[in-house]
Amino acid sequence: MSATAVPTGKTTARTSDRAAGENRLGLKLVAPAVVVMLIVTAWPMIQALYLSLFQYRLTAPDEKEFVGLANYASVLGDSLFWQDTFNTLLIMVVTVAVELVIGFVFAMVMHRVIFARGVIRTAILIPYGIITVVSAFAWQFTFSLSNGWVNSWFAWLPGISSDTNWFGDHWPAMFAIMVSEIWKTTPFMSLLLLAGLSQVSEDMIEAAKVDGATWWQRLWKVILPNMRAAIMVAVLFRALDAFRIFDNIFVMTRGAQDTESSSFLTYRQVIEQFQLGLGSALSVLLFLSVLLLAFSIVKLFRVDLAQARGEG
Amino acid sequence: MSIDPPYTAEFANAGYLAELPEDMQQRLRDQAFEGAAAAATWEDQLVVAPFWSNTQVLWYRKSVAQEAGLDMTQPVTWDQIIEAASTTGKKVAVQSNKYEGYAVWINALVAGAGGEIAENTEKGADATITVDSEAGHEAARVIEELAHSEAAPADLSVAQEGQAGATFGSDVGGFMVNWTYIWTNYDDSQPEVKDDLGFARYPRTVDGEDSRPPYGGIGIGVSAFSDHKEQAIEALECLTSPESQGVNADLTGNMPSSPAGYDYPALKETYPQELLDLFQESLEAAAPRTVSPYWSDISGALQSRFHPPSSVDDDTPDKAKKFITDVLHQKDLL
Repeated sequence: MSATAVPTGKTTARTSDRAAGENRLGLKLVAPAVVVMLIVTAWPMIQALYLSLFQYRLTAPDEKEFVGLANYASVLGDSLFWQDTFNTLLIMVVTVAVELVIGFVFAMVMHRVIFARGVIRTAILIPYGIITVVSAFAWQFTFSLSNGWVNSWFAWLPGISSDTNWFGDHWPAMFAIMVSEIWKTTPFMSLLLLAGLSQVSEDMIEAAKVDGATWWQRLWKVILPNMRAAIMVAVLFRALDAFRIFDNIFVMTRGAQDTESSSFLTYRQVIEQFQLGLGSALSVLLFLSVLLLAFSIVKLFRVDLAQARGEG
Repeated sequence: MSIDPPYTAEFANAGYLAELPEDMQQRLRDQAFEGAAAAATWEDQLVVAPFWSNTQVLWYRKSVAQEAGLDMTQPVTWDQIIEAASTTGKKVAVQSNKYEGYAVWINALVAGAGGEIAENTEKGADATITVDSEAGHEAARVIEELAHSEAAPADLSVAQEGQAGATFGSDVGGFMVNWTYIWTNYDDSQPEVKDDLGFARYPRTVDGEDSRPPYGGIGIGVSAFSDHKEQAIEALECLTSPESQGVNADLTGNMPSSPAGYDYPALKETYPQELLDLFQESLEAAAPRTVSPYWSDISGALQSRFHPPSSVDDDTPDKAKKFITDVLHQKDLL
């Protein structure tokens, strides 16, 4: 026992020395980048935090006044804030769920396709190459009452007629916004999933096949568990992205019919109303929500990010 | 810089606009329409030079008015045109998307009934909100009536100027309130609409009381932080001379802000004299939006409570008053 234990201990100690040396070198190498990041991102964050403690409007710059946490209190006590947060979460959950399913199908197609591979892959990725504002306008025209095609093509469905005003009510407007969002970002999701899919070893799938697993069993028991890290990265990226949704709403409804998102609310306070204090408080809350969200998703999937990068 | 009238006070109050020389202010004031000068004034100083002034008139399809038996030579009320459009299966096009144009319509309706959205605006955030007056309720009644009538366009809740113009130009076009440039809007694309296009004074909110058409336009200001203030101010006077106003009106359809600008010869070739007279009459009767550095808050809160038009009822003006007051005192998020 002791004969085997001693060399093991020595090996560990030796590795630790080396690892510590590598860590020191690593820190030195990364230091310049950290300094740049601190200057570029930390400074605005600190300034936002500072501004959020003031009642401060650019239209009345002389009336700047320290109010402590009052801005946070008025934001958190406001029904509009919660309505917008709910909208944002709803858009995030629905679009990410739908994109995960469609994106996975696209990833399978891109992975397995044997003919015209380049053309098919390119075709699937095109929407992601289009600027969001452009795609938002395209979808706004699509659903538009006067020149859209949705009403005339789908008039046979109950509830849709040539007079359906998609942007005239909350739920139809939310539907149009989500369709646009899903169309635009599903390719991104499928690209990340494709990367995960190509890491699943063909041998394992072969072995499962030999053992008599059906296609469905191979998908659920072999392919998906081995893609967990890739799925997490895809969901994390898309969820954080979806949580900041702005362009589609700005173009399609400008927040009318209660379709506003948290980013949009923040934008209106800062840019339209010049409420630097209140707006900064909202940005800080938005930032905290994104942090919380990222943390929860990482916890939920129980994946070590280092492992996801193949360092585990 | 070009500044829309509702934001003039906001910019001036924040100290962003260079002061114009006293004698120049006087010249510009003498030259401009009264409404245009009022909209360009903050704390007794003319802070921008009125460049163009726009107003809305009632545009109608002559065939529809005739079919409905409506005498358009006499002033008409909103009730009358909604009724006329409903009975002939046509629409009344307005601007009622959730945007500034909707506040323009609400303001004109309230003013048409003799009221105002806010008073004592020199007190800034402590201005008295008076949208819950009798006049405010009259305005809400008109919006409610249109939104629930056959005359409401399907896109009522998203209509801006362009959508209203499209509805008016379509088969269901009947009546529309819109800016002056509509006269040349259909020249190339739909000449048949132009042949059928009639115009009259903005509709009355209440019978027997003169309408107060909306006022829009652009004033030009000079930045207080400019390195070349003097040259900029000189350029300003040249840009806003009656002749320049006439050239601009001819090119863009945005009408001059001075009676002298209307004398520009080319305008008389494009516009019939009666229409030019109607524009000037409307401008003189126009009700500018409340001049307040907080107009964007007031307008935003107003739109928020009045939108969508189909939700407007007799309680809306009271709710709007409470919300505007809370927003001004930063008790509520807008």
